[in-house]
Formats: sequence, C-alpha cells, structure tokens
Amino acid sequence: MPDTFIKIATVTVGSGGAGSIDFSSIPSTYTDLVMYYSLRDTGNGINAQLRFNADATNSYSTRRLYGNGGSATSDSLATTSILYINGLNGSTTTASTFGNGCMYVPNYTSSNNKSVSIDAVDENNGTTAYAFLNAGIWNKTNAINQITLYAGATAFAQYSTVTLYGISKS
Amino acid sequence: MADTKIIVNCETGEVQELELTAEEVAQREADAAAYAAQKAAEDAEKQAKADAKAAIADRLGLSADDLATLLG
Repeated sequence: MPDTFIKIATVTVGSGGAGSIDFSSIPSTYTDLVMYYSLRDTGNGINAQLRFNADATNSYSTRRLYGNGGSATSDSLATTSILYINGLNGSTTTASTFGNGCMYVPNYTSSNNKSVSIDAVDENNGTTAYAFLNAGIWNKTNAINQITLYAGATAFAQYSTVTLYGISKS
Repeated sequence: MADTKIIVNCETGEVQELELTAEEVAQREADAAAYAAQKAAEDAEKQAKADAKAAIADRLGLSADDLATLLG
C-alpha cells in the first residue's frame, strides 16, 4: 500500500469558465496518480472526459457500471479517442451542485498500457442522480506526463475544482 | 461557451489561461459527435437484444412479468 499522498497541483475554474483543464509536465517521480474532481458543466453535459499526453487517437476504452437508485445498467465505450470519467453535473441537475469523482492511475510511468479506475457521482436534489464505476484503459505504453480534462458539452463552470496527487511507495 | 483552456505546469506551478485554437474547438465538436454516435449504437444494440428477448417470450406465451420471474 502507498504510504505517501502528495498534492501535485490544484485548478479551480474562474468566473469565465473553462473548456478544458490541462495538467502538463507531470513529474515521473511517483508510483501512481490520483485525481479528485468536483465539476459542473455550464450546459447540459453529463460526461467529463480526458486524454493522456494529448493523445486523440482511438486508444481508449471505458466500461461503465452505473445506477440511479431506480435501475442499474452498464455500457462499453470501446476504441474511442477520449476516456469517459463522468462525475459532471450539468444544467439538468440542481443549480450550483457539482458532480464528484476520483480517478486512480497505477504505474503511470510504466511501459505497459495504462489502466485506470474511476468512481464518480452526480449530486442532484431531484429524482435522478447517478453513481458510476468505470474501468478504463489507455492502450499506449508511454509514461503519462499530461492529463487534459474536457467538459462534456460546453465548459466547466466557475468553482469546478480538480486536484492531482502523486502516490509514492516511500 | 467558454473557448478557453486552463493549463497548469506541474513542475513550475505556472498557470495559464489561453484561448482554444480552431483545431481544439473542432476536436471538441468531433468528440461530442463521436460520443453521441457511439452511445446511440450501444443503445440500439441493447434495444435489439431486448426486442429479441421479448419476441421469444411472446412466442412462448410468457408475459413480461413471467420473463422477469424466470430470469430473476
């Protein structure tokens, strides 16, 4: 088990919103990466998305298990150019609420393909809110040195926050 | 729509807020279209399976409740 958990950087979106949030020059000195996020879209977005190392080729796959308290379902978004991480509230949810999520990326500097696990939830004072468990993979062997998040539909709303942590064994 | 991006350099801590390029805007639109298409295909496949299941149940004279009980 990792015994250190070190904040690398935090971004909080300002009043103008932001179409994307980019963590660049991620140090290779950790074992794993963890990203916590609290996000809202200014439009009707429901899926936060990301890319590693600005790779927009069809090198990502996501398996999702999700439910809303009334029903559960799953889907597969395979061979896509982006990774779906969810945890994004949009205009169909209660005003000023934010979706939340956590993505864990083990061995992000390894020469293997990169697997990720994600848990994410909506927040909604209404009849429908979802919880997601996503398993993802980036089929590239490059070390991850950049993570770029994209709003699902329009832009991340003010006060959306993302924090990237490094996990070290020692 | 905010056509800006926030970039944080994790080594230096420098934060920049820049306009999206035309290519990045086009990529965003392509991403949205690709998700819609893939989700529609996924949903259509699920619906086709559900329809096939319902057709079999119909041939066997089973109601939707009967089928739900059988499949638990």
